[in-house]
Amino acid sequence: MTFSPALEARFAKLLTIYPEGRQRSAVVPMLMYAQDEVGCVTRELVEEVARRCGVQPMQVDEVIGYYSMLHTKPLGKYHIQVCTNISCLLTGGEELYEHAKKTLGIGNKEVTPDGLFSLEEVECMGACSWAPAVEVNYDFHHHVTCEKLDRLIEDLRKLK
Amino acid sequence: MLYNEPNPLETRVLTKRFGIPNSEKAEVYVANGGYQAFLKATGMPPEKIIEEVKVSNLRGRGGAGFPTGLKWSFVPRTSPKPKYLICNADESEPGTCKDRLLMEYDPHQLIEGMLIGGLAVDSHKGYIYIRGEYRYLITMMEHAIDDAYAHGWLGKNIQGTGFDFDLYVHTGAGAYECGEETALLDSIEGKRGVPRMKPPFPAVAGAWGCPTLLNNVETYSAVPNIIRDGGAAFAALGTPKNGGTRLVCLSGHVNKPGVYEIPLGYPMLEFIEKFGGGVRGGKKLKAVIPGGSSCPVLTASECDIIMDYDTLAKAGSMLGSGGMVVIDEDTCMVKAALRIMRFYAHESCGWCVPCREGTTWLRKMLQRFHDGMGQASDIPIIGQVSKNMLGRTFCALGDAAAMPTISIVEKFREEFEAHLDGRPCPYEHKPAMALA
Amino acid sequence: MSDIVHLTVDGKAIEAPPGTLLINAVKRAGIEIPAFCYYDGLKLQAACRMCLVEVEKTPKLQVACTLPVAEGMVVHTDTPTVHEARKGMVEFLLTNHPLDCPVCDKGGECELQDMTFRYGFGESRFLEQKQHIDEKQWSAVVYFDRPRCINCYRCIRVCDEGMGLTALGITNRGVLAEIIPNEHDHLNCDECGMCIDICPVGALTSGMYRYKTRPWEMKHVGTICTHCSNGCKTTLGVRNDEIIRGNNRDRSGLNGEFLCIKGRYAFDFTHHAERLQSPLVRRNGKLEAASWSEALAEVAKNWTAIKQRGGRFGVIGSTRTTNEENFFLQKFARQVLGTNNIDHHRSGDVPTLLDALSGRTDALATTADFYERKAVLIVGADLSQEQPFLAWQVRANVRHHNAHIYVATPGPVREDRVAAASVRYQEGGELASLENLREKLRAEPELVVAFGDAIQGDAVRQLVNFGDSLGVPVKYVALLDYSNSRGALDMGLLPHLGPGYHAVDTPGMSLAAMLADESLDALWVVGANPLGRHVLAASKPFVVVQDLFLTDTAEHAAVVFPAASAYEKSGTVTNLCGEVQRLEAAIKVAGTKPDLEIFGLLAREMGANLGIWQASKIFEEIRGSVRGYNIPLPILTTGGAAQTAALNGHVPAPPRAERIQAAHNTLFTSGSLGQFSRTLQVVLEAPGALYQGR
Ligand SMILES: Cc1cc2nc3c(=O)[nH]c(=O)nc-3n(C[C@H](O)[C@H](O)[C@H](O)COP(=O)(O)O)c2cc1C
Ligand code: SF4
Ligand code: FES
Repeated sequence: MTFSPALEARFAKLLTIYPEGRQRSAVVPMLMYAQDEVGCVTRELVEEVARRCGVQPMQVDEVIGYYSMLHTKPLGKYHIQVCTNISCLLTGGEELYEHAKKTLGIGNKEVTPDGLFSLEEVECMGACSWAPAVEVNYDFHHHVTCEKLDRLIEDLRKLK
Repeated sequence: MLYNEPNPLETRVLTKRFGIPNSEKAEVYVANGGYQAFLKATGMPPEKIIEEVKVSNLRGRGGAGFPTGLKWSFVPRTSPKPKYLICNADESEPGTCKDRLLMEYDPHQLIEGMLIGGLAVDSHKGYIYIRGEYRYLITMMEHAIDDAYAHGWLGKNIQGTGFDFDLYVHTGAGAYECGEETALLDSIEGKRGVPRMKPPFPAVAGAWGCPTLLNNVETYSAVPNIIRDGGAAFAALGTPKNGGTRLVCLSGHVNKPGVYEIPLGYPMLEFIEKFGGGVRGGKKLKAVIPGGSSCPVLTASECDIIMDYDTLAKAGSMLGSGGMVVIDEDTCMVKAALRIMRFYAHESCGWCVPCREGTTWLRKMLQRFHDGMGQASDIPIIGQVSKNMLGRTFCALGDAAAMPTISIVEKFREEFEAHLDGRPCPYEHKPAMALA
Repeated sequence: MSDIVHLTVDGKAIEAPPGTLLINAVKRAGIEIPAFCYYDGLKLQAACRMCLVEVEKTPKLQVACTLPVAEGMVVHTDTPTVHEARKGMVEFLLTNHPLDCPVCDKGGECELQDMTFRYGFGESRFLEQKQHIDEKQWSAVVYFDRPRCINCYRCIRVCDEGMGLTALGITNRGVLAEIIPNEHDHLNCDECGMCIDICPVGALTSGMYRYKTRPWEMKHVGTICTHCSNGCKTTLGVRNDEIIRGNNRDRSGLNGEFLCIKGRYAFDFTHHAERLQSPLVRRNGKLEAASWSEALAEVAKNWTAIKQRGGRFGVIGSTRTTNEENFFLQKFARQVLGTNNIDHHRSGDVPTLLDALSGRTDALATTADFYERKAVLIVGADLSQEQPFLAWQVRANVRHHNAHIYVATPGPVREDRVAAASVRYQEGGELASLENLREKLRAEPELVVAFGDAIQGDAVRQLVNFGDSLGVPVKYVALLDYSNSRGALDMGLLPHLGPGYHAVDTPGMSLAAMLADESLDALWVVGANPLGRHVLAASKPFVVVQDLFLTDTAEHAAVVFPAASAYEKSGTVTNLCGEVQRLEAAIKVAGTKPDLEIFGLLAREMGANLGIWQASKIFEEIRGSVRGYNIPLPILTTGGAAQTAALNGHVPAPPRAERIQAAHNTLFTSGSLGQFSRTLQVVLEAPGALYQGR
């Protein structure tokens, strides 16, 4: 598989930062960075990462099922993650999540037909004191309200 | 820009540089007194560094509160194997959001703390394990590390001291269990984050089988302050055996949620009032989760205590990771228990039977209960099933799931009874959780 | 540190060596601590939490499977708290476990079922919906039913540690955690079934056995696998004269619980549709069914005629027939047919090795030595493929004793993964390649050397010289092909050697010479298929074949007798290390007869008296007359393996050196017989290949 030069550079560095012979350590970081570029963890990516890290593809299969941020199906261009864990729950995270479902017309881990948005109800993401929180791809949004979420979605739609 | 207004009543030790622009620049850090503690430590024998940390009464800020100096002394300095330093920045305990700030606003303080740890245990390689959701912090931390290398605060022969230290960032990928120290080790080795058998402890056989010093972000970040001002000064901030300050992440039903640095031993109710501005909407306090969702909840009447490790333990709960969640009178405790259990069921790694099966069973039972399909006989079963997990699981995740549940069924039994016989949740109509 | 630790368990004083795990230490006092994930010989897991016990002065219950005993430890395994905890664990396990015991293959021998009866609650408090996940087929052999799985990791460990394969893994987490195969949706492995048999519940089941019967409806017959020469015990489950399954869960043989695909599943040739069930006699150029008396008479008539006119006989014996049969056959050939033209398909140069080691004691390796000795050298064999049990022993030796393994082979082998050093050679360079290992081998305290057919004749002596030059105690074994390859040699199925390697007066023709002899008058082939690989030079010899199937050789026969297989007869076989074990007849296939009986009937038909053809009587004769076979009977009768004694004396070399060529079977081939095992034919990995490093 070929990746962007930036990703290749990251991979190259990853293979050097762990102790000699411990390149298996790079499996999860490689998958994380690669899925952003590839869209999700494809079979091809599994084999590629296995090859580069010198592990069996099954050992990659073992981890992709384990880590909740590794996805084997493509997500939307904007992956909207709404936290409903305790601090967010107490401040309206659940209502926010229900609202997002309605606005986007999709359920948990589903993608809008245009592929623009996907939605996920997530566990605590470390924004409890500024709850309720939403993460879009890797960007945090704090003290989110239904109105703020609507505006955010509109802005993203315009951005395409 | 800070995420919340600081409070003038804070005792700002670890957070004193918060808000300084360009804090990821090593120069900015140095200009504000940074890296001086490291230079001081290079002139100290390692035993003396560890001794200062012991004197400081610093206890692990990751959750368990283990005395940090003691932990450092367990690493076999003279082992011929390489020794590794790992910083646990997996911050996933619900209610906790402080490590984020420490890395975002003062990354070099963490780097300096790790450098001092390296000196103390003779380690020359460190990794910061940052949860995958904190991608922006991974980028920031990488910039700070690059800058530290560029200015000679990392790498070979740091500032001519003859000390070498390399530091890297490793990304997690969404797994609470990887915050458990041995699961983190498996995770950093490229495997599933499944806990390991102890002994051997990580200090003796940790990452890649080598001696490993593993601490939380806040723990390492406290260290430069301890070395700079002396362990005794840090200890004096807190209560006996509970040294220093800590970052409390206040969330839930308060007027001014936020992360505030206070000395250990600060009274809880006063904290809620003076920092949190009291319970939102003038409502009555119902319960407090004092240190992250793993802690047994305290009822309002149990909250008249000071906040340190030992006092909270005596009160039957824990100071935990500093995630303090305030719950008002209009909150359904069955729902709270359910949401917490959903989390643990989702995050159980599946290694051992009681945690794997118990969390899911409880989740299903609590869901049924909250849906109004509970039976009176279920109430004791919830407690019994939790107790069948407690103390019997492979790692502490099972305990973390059992403890809050046991406390909620025991302390709020009447709320469970109120859900019986198909009755709708008595709190559902209240817009208490409505958005601000 | 003292070398004995004292502790108290349930009021009983117990002693154990330091480091002993509590779960094992209590066994001496007759106390049992229940466990699912703990498994002797495999890595510790502490995952099932079934083994919790109370230890005084510790606040929490302790996991007995990982807790080493300590001086003065006081343990309680029989308290209300412990009982509560066990109940709780069984209850947890059952929450997502389907209660389909009545249709589950494991019903009746399921560890979860047993534990539920012994330690569980009477009724379930679990009212929620169970997790359902569909069953998956991973190969012709392996099926996986996730809901039944209790995640004890036994399958993963036995594959990884025991087989050296890592063909199984685990993905997802929490209640969704699920065992996975190495090729994403299917397996590519040895298909040995170790994972299936070690599974405590019915999560892993075999394509051969599933839904066929219940354990209590079978009779269980322990016998010796007929395939390779390692001599594994296999316990055959039999119902209505049909073998339904094979396993060795009682760990009774020298192989413990180990079996490869052949020992566990390749019994299915016994009821193959092409099995011969009636004698065949050639009439008008065609083989036609005939009665036993017709066929026997036909053979006796021809043999007598040929003998009278001084014709030339050739006799080819089998490497899968019993010692008794082989002994009787050579007697028949030599005494009744009056010929030393007797041979078999030889696969290893045992005679030269015995001669080279003549006079030594303790120089022949046993199968146990592969597990116990500090170092093992493998020369010219793909052990995991050709000698699966020895390979298992070697891996266990590395795991449990940190043994050092050395490999000298023409290509990569699985043993490389655990080897201290591997060298590669090109044909002819075998001995030279060992020089690269000399220094390392000299540093070993002791050594076991196993060698394949690449080392034969003079090279065997050179190898022994090499061993002697190391200055450490060395034991040897010549690797062989089939279940009684060694017995065929020991019993004198050789043109120049009689039973016990005694020289015969006038050496006869070797197998190759017989086939090449244009004036051969009669060829008698018992359980072998020489014409599968060679052509017969003689134009019209009278060929008699005894076999299970119409092999290439049988197609040339004038008379074919339908023989019983090893699973249908009694007698003894000798494995490659000289360990003698007993066969136990599991089934009877209508129309067939054991070879011994056929020999006896033929002798009678010829009017010859070779004594009665009863296996036990003949074995008595063997014990009394064959060198090395004076072995204690009780070991055999109790199902054990009796070691033959080393020869002490010269073994004459054959008059003409001949190339010995082993069959070089993989895990999925077994000579001509293997072609009649559907299992071996249908697995995707078949036929496999040697030296692929697999
Ligand atoms: C299930 C579980 C999750 C944990 N998660 C975290 C975490 O996210 N961050 C953390 O620092 N410690 C976490 N811990 C605590 C760590 O195991 C460990 O005690 C800590 O990182 C040690 O550092 P400290 O001594 O500086 O606190 C967790 C523990 C458990 C049992
Ligand atoms: S399949 Fe069987 S052996 Fe494997 S983990 Fe599940 S229960 Fe254990
Ligand atoms: S046998 Fe001890 S935990 Fe499974």
